[in-house]
Amino acid sequence: MLDIMKYFTLKEMKKSLVISIWFMILTFPIMVIKVNTIENTVVWRWASLLGMGIGSFIMATLWRYLLERKNMKSPLSTKKTLQMRVVEWANENPKVKPIALIAVSIFVLSFPFFSGLYQTSIMTTALMYVVLGLGLNIVVGLGGLLHLGYAAFYAVGAYTYALLNYHFGLSFWICLPIGAGLATIMGILLAIPVLRLRGDYLAIVTLGFGEVIRIVLENWNQFSFGPSGIAQIPRPGFFGMSMNLQTATTYIYFIMIAMVIFTIFVVRRLENSRIGRTWVAMREDEIASESMGIDITKSKITTFALGAFWAGMVGVVFAAKTTFINPASFTLWESVMILCVVVIGGMGSIVGVVVGAMILILMPEYLRAFSEYRMLIFGAMLVIMMVFRPGGIISNIRKKYKFEPAQAAKNADKEGVR
Amino acid sequence: MAPILETKNLTMQFGGLTAVDNINFNVNSGEIVALIGPNGAGKTTFFNCVTGVYTPSSGDVLISTDGKAQQRINGLKPNKVTEKGLARTFQNIRLFQNMTVLENVMIGRHTKLKSGLFGAIFHPKSTLEEEEKVIQDSYDILVEVGLEKFVNELAKNLPYGAQRRLEIARAMATEPALLLLDEPAAGMNPHETKELDEMILKIRNTNDISILLIEHDMSLVMSISEKIFVVDYGKLIAKGTPDEIKNNPEVIKAYLGDVSDA
Repeated sequence: MLDIMKYFTLKEMKKSLVISIWFMILTFPIMVIKVNTIENTVVWRWASLLGMGIGSFIMATLWRYLLERKNMKSPLSTKKTLQMRVVEWANENPKVKPIALIAVSIFVLSFPFFSGLYQTSIMTTALMYVVLGLGLNIVVGLGGLLHLGYAAFYAVGAYTYALLNYHFGLSFWICLPIGAGLATIMGILLAIPVLRLRGDYLAIVTLGFGEVIRIVLENWNQFSFGPSGIAQIPRPGFFGMSMNLQTATTYIYFIMIAMVIFTIFVVRRLENSRIGRTWVAMREDEIASESMGIDITKSKITTFALGAFWAGMVGVVFAAKTTFINPASFTLWESVMILCVVVIGGMGSIVGVVVGAMILILMPEYLRAFSEYRMLIFGAMLVIMMVFRPGGIISNIRKKYKFEPAQAAKNADKEGVR
Repeated sequence: MAPILETKNLTMQFGGLTAVDNINFNVNSGEIVALIGPNGAGKTTFFNCVTGVYTPSSGDVLISTDGKAQQRINGLKPNKVTEKGLARTFQNIRLFQNMTVLENVMIGRHTKLKSGLFGAIFHPKSTLEEEEKVIQDSYDILVEVGLEKFVNELAKNLPYGAQRRLEIARAMATEPALLLLDEPAAGMNPHETKELDEMILKIRNTNDISILLIEHDMSLVMSISEKIFVVDYGKLIAKGTPDEIKNNPEVIKAYLGDVSDA
């Protein structure tokens, strides 16, 4: 507590005061002056100015105190973060993991039966974002390639199912692999021209790619039915059983659960494999990884292709779930949202992406009461995250290997938890 | 036997600037060769031409590993050059900062491994065995350079000298025939330099590989290298044993300036 007292010096107070005065001036027109246009009078709300001043004073002090505290921690400090302590605790108590796993699976499996239709539906959406996030995580989190057109692959999947079903009557289960495959091909097609690009330039090109796909879908009426979209897409079938809305929603929920498990399984294996290591190496240093014998061209193409794969798959589910798609569902905002899931959750971390998707998708749904402030909260959250936890809510911990000091024969004891 | 690395009239031009000018150079099997010269002489450019980062404007880069016939490697991509048996380190350390020390070395083993996407996802027995082996091999390399206590540490958290050694370990993991070290002793204190000196000799003696190093630390260069090439303004101005170089008037002029200039 002592260091807190040390922080509240007169100099710091002065700084906070300046900030609060600045905010009072800034918000003066909207907070204080209220013009009544009917009676042509002006109401001066001085009380809200005072409130603004006190509020921003406290916030400024708190903000700078937290910043100071963060900067005090040296990057090499051995002080354990909460996350590290939890991981360690779980490793020391081997029973924790299975119990947690069982608890989570019971909750997940019984969720549609104790919650309503609406709850199940938004949970399904959240699960879709989990898979999308994990897919984009391959490109952004592991490969380090900033991709702003991810929704395009999502659109490819959705339109694959919608159009194949419309023209040829193909079912959901046939379209699922086709959609994923087509998205993968699109991923490769995008990867080839952007091989030489990095950072900002890559972001611009992928952003353009995303918009091109959307604009084509919007304007090529003969192909995609333009902005009016495609309606009456059938929900996934189960051996020809007819289902009411309730059952169908529950069914899609379970399809998504299976898909999430499948994705986590695959991505987890990939990231600790020979190929996954090359992705991370490419993220860390392209020149060094090339001189270690890694084919950067191949690495980039595989990240884009595998990232796109998941988007295509979820796209098919999305079309089946909403039964109606149009290009408005695949705007830049969608790509940004998925990127936020990855960044806020924790780049490169599977658990992080799952948590990030849950928070970002479920929070706005449950905070409907504050829906006017949704964007405000969202923006504030992003800023706070970037300042205080740049690694995301749950940052990635590299896998650790155990070696016995004398004879390191028995190795690869998996110790790290992601 | 053909030299392990030979360049014939190697030239690299950037627009009007000739950074490497007609250099004839060779490293024989098992030799420790140093390339020295004042700052901006074109040493690193020479390195980059040899390792495939740049494609030389003209001339040949020829390598011959395992007693095989000479191969021209101009214009090959760096990863292909590495596969052919040339491994390098960098002047400014280029480790994979956010990967563990062990993983850094495992990346070096990349070209020696085979498992692909299928293996990664389905974990057939061959992949599992391969992974187990790469972990063990990488650990052994770390033991060799004395970094085993940092095995699970992130590379960026290592002390400076250890980072330099890790770079060498990573390059060693590719099982090169020729190891190219770009200023390995830069920023090291005399004690660390001495350790490095011993390490380079040990690597050469135990693994039977040749070493080419760029270095400014003259005590290191003079004590370990068997042959020295001196470049200035992209041109080769002298070559010979350390003693010959020490007394070469051209070299002294390049480093200290002409008497008439003073």
